Amino acid sequence: MTTAEKYVTAAYCVVFAVVLVYVLIMALKLHRLEREVDELADRVPAEDDAEETPRETARVG
Amino acid sequence: MSAPAATIGAVGRTSRIPLPALAATSLVLVTTAIVFVFFVAPTDANQGFSQRIFYFHVSIAITAYACFAGAAWQAFRLLWKRDPLADLKSYVCVHQGVIFGTLVLITGSIWAKISWGRWWLWSSDQLVLFLVLFLFYCAYFMLRFSLDPGPQRANLSAVYALFGVVLIPVSFAAIRLAKDIIHPVVFTLHGPNFGGWILVTYCISQVAMLVLAYTLYRVELAGKQLDGRIRELREVLA
Repeated sequence: MTTAEKYVTAAYCVVFAVVLVYVLIMALKLHRLEREVDELADRVPAEDDAEETPRETARVG
Repeated sequence: MSAPAATIGAVGRTSRIPLPALAATSLVLVTTAIVFVFFVAPTDANQGFSQRIFYFHVSIAITAYACFAGAAWQAFRLLWKRDPLADLKSYVCVHQGVIFGTLVLITGSIWAKISWGRWWLWSSDQLVLFLVLFLFYCAYFMLRFSLDPGPQRANLSAVYALFGVVLIPVSFAAIRLAKDIIHPVVFTLHGPNFGGWILVTYCISQVAMLVLAYTLYRVELAGKQLDGRIRELREVLA
C-alpha cells in the first residue's frame, strides 16, 4: 500500500467514523427519550384514573 | 384524543418521506459512491490516487454550504413568518453544517498532507476563509446557549445565522479568485473541470452526501422535537 493510498483510506475512515459516532449519539439520545416517554405514559393513566368521575352508561343507536 | 396524546402524535410530522426509507436510500447511495470512487473512477493523471479524496471532500463541502444556507432560510422564515418550528430547524441545520464542516477540514488536511506535504497552509486564503466560516458557525452555539430559551434567543440566533450566510459566497469565490492557485478549482464559469466517469462518480457522491445530511437532519430534528414535547409534558404533569 502506497502512502497516498493509506492517506485516502484514512480520510474515508474518518468520514465514516464521524458519521457512525453521530448516529450512535443520536441512537442513545432516542433511547433515553423512549424511556422518558414510557415513564410519562405510566404516569398519565394513574392521574386520569384519580380525576375520572363515574359516568352513567347509555345505549347508543 | 387527550391533549398529551395529541402532542406526542404530532411529533415527527415534518415530512411525508419516512425516516427508514431515507436511511436506506442514504446507505445505498453512500455504498454506490464508494464503489464508484475506488473501482470505477479512473486515477487522475496529475494527482494520482490522492485525487480520490476529492469525491467526498468537495461533496461534503457543498453539503456543509447547503446546511448553512438552509439555516439562513429557516432563520429568515422565523423572522418573517414567525414560524415557531423554524428556530429549531435553523439550529439543526447549523449543527449539521458544523459536522460536515469538520469533515471538510479533516479530509482537506489529509489531502494537503499528501499533495503539499503539510497539514495546513496559513498563507492560503481559501483554507483560512473556510476556517473563518467554520469558526463563525461554531460561535453560533456559544451565542445560543448563553441565552435563556425564548423569543429573544430565537431572534438573535436567527439574525446570526442570516449574517453567516454572507460568508458562503465569499468562501466559495475565494477558491476561484485567489491569486495563489494552490487549492484546485473543481467548478469554473465554464462548468466542471472534469468529465466522463469522474463526473458521474462526483455526482453520485454529491447526491449521497446531500441525502445523508438530510437523513441526519430529520433524525436530529425528530429527536429535538420529541425532547421539547417531553419537557412540556413534564411541566404539565408536574
